[in-house]
Amino acid sequence: MEILKEGKGELVGWHDPDENREWILKNKSREMKDKRMNAKEAVRKFVKNGSLLANGGFGHIRVPMCLLYEIIRQKKRDLTLAAKTAVHDADILIAAGCVNKIEVAYAFGHELRGLSPASRRKVESGQCKVLAEISNGGYQWRFLAAMMGIPFVPCRVMAGTDTFEKSSAMLAKDPWSGKPIVLLPACYPDVALIHVHRCDKYGNAQIDGIKIEDVELACAARRVLITTEEIIDNEEIRKNPDKTVIPYYLVDAVIEERYGSHPCEMPFMYYFDEEHIGEWLRLSKTEEGVKEYLEEYVYGVEDFKEYLELVGGRKKMKYLKEVESYKKLAEYPWSER
Amino acid sequence: MYTQMEFLACTASHILEDKKTVMVGTGLPMIAAMLAQKTHAPNLTMIFEAGGVGPLPPVLPVSVGESRTFYKALQAGSMHSVMSNGQAGLIDYGFIGGAQIDVYGNLNSTVIGNWKNPKIRFPGSGGANDIGSWAWRTVIIMKQNKRKFVKELDFLTTPGYLTGPKAREKAGLPYGTGPYRVITQLAVYGFDDETKKMKLVSLHPGVTIDEIKENSSFDILIPEKIETTKEPTEKEIEILHKLDPQGIFLRK
Repeated sequence: MEILKEGKGELVGWHDPDENREWILKNKSREMKDKRMNAKEAVRKFVKNGSLLANGGFGHIRVPMCLLYEIIRQKKRDLTLAAKTAVHDADILIAAGCVNKIEVAYAFGHELRGLSPASRRKVESGQCKVLAEISNGGYQWRFLAAMMGIPFVPCRVMAGTDTFEKSSAMLAKDPWSGKPIVLLPACYPDVALIHVHRCDKYGNAQIDGIKIEDVELACAARRVLITTEEIIDNEEIRKNPDKTVIPYYLVDAVIEERYGSHPCEMPFMYYFDEEHIGEWLRLSKTEEGVKEYLEEYVYGVEDFKEYLELVGGRKKMKYLKEVESYKKLAEYPWSER
Repeated sequence: MYTQMEFLACTASHILEDKKTVMVGTGLPMIAAMLAQKTHAPNLTMIFEAGGVGPLPPVLPVSVGESRTFYKALQAGSMHSVMSNGQAGLIDYGFIGGAQIDVYGNLNSTVIGNWKNPKIRFPGSGGANDIGSWAWRTVIIMKQNKRKFVKELDFLTTPGYLTGPKAREKAGLPYGTGPYRVITQLAVYGFDDETKKMKLVSLHPGVTIDEIKENSSFDILIPEKIETTKEPTEKEIEILHKLDPQGIFLRK
């Protein structure tokens, strides 16, 4: 295939497909065994300094916050983030000094809530380095290539732009149509953290609502940590196998954490905690504020359950459930700007 | 009476046609699409980049991935499913914005200054490059001033007509696609068929040609006949207030 152009961005997370198969053969057990553990153990075991990390969900939706706080608490360093529509996860991990390199489809912003003061400070001062650019669709197809066990996937986005120039993609001549086509290299994150509605102790996981790119991501990542609202019996999984989007053999750890996405949304269960997100956005305007936030909500608590009590406990969770189910209207402190 | 945001929502809504599909972001595009559904385009289908297809949200979503984007939807799909649908030609309209635009409708939403050492870092492409690559008609909504309507972008995040006629096709982008309209607080623009340069379509009521020129660093083509952008009707304003009773999006 004739290569017409090469993106100059750094190639993140790529492996030769045979090398990755070999890694899978040696490291990925196909035994259906009990993989339950707590957040502390899972992070200690599977999130290594210097890893390429990717988080499931989208923006503030279905984010494995319980593990992200634990990563901050354990002071993991030099992580590279696959920022596929990364919002709160990117902001807080960069602010806390855990992530210092990033490949960006979307980061440094909170959608309608505005830009991220903390992570922007880090990237504009050079403390967090952008390795490459890509689009949302493009990143998701990098995972698709890895899911398929192939070295790249062709696509028709990014051509002709600086997003391509700063990406790790290549432009080639399509042998069939003769037209230029963008080739996206496969991306195998070292570890993916994905929050789901339910799964069994083996890791057979079910997600309600949109899947975003979590199926592709779970298949692409070398290590997959599933945080779940609840652990259910294997027989229950077998009653609705069409609901299972991640089978057990992809999964390395199962962590049961009710409200584990807080302050982010869990579709059909609880809505964004706008009050808490608003507090983060307000405090993170200064470095002192970031410290204050982390001291109070991350370092100052033992685990996620203590954190939940601190942010409002049962009463707050009840309110967030009512907003999610349209019984109460959400309030958006950031819309007052 | 209406506010500027309400006017923009109505203007964006008028562009959308019935029996078509549109990929929307949150905020103004979403309100515009829902207003179109309740007026001239009841069979317009909204698609969200995280996977939601054709929802009937009782409350406006604030994120393109939240559960309101697939409430009573036709499908709760995935990013792969909807992005593939778009790339294959099934999505007619797409709404995007940006920090800078040039005469060919190319957009920057990545950095101001140098990419390596940015003065201001924006979120990057997100879904914008995808939508701008394959939507049959891309609609851009942004504020207009000399710093935003620029001669040269600091970074070309999302493709417009790139360097002019046939440049998109040559680069490898799907044929027959590209920016269709640019909506600002001053006017609605399109792109000249021959040169692919930005061309005035209509001035908003009370806005002059001089004003749009003063608020652009590049020359905007002016047609012989100049239209005035249609004003919202009372009924449209009433519907908008029902869609956003808390004034979360329209108040801004």
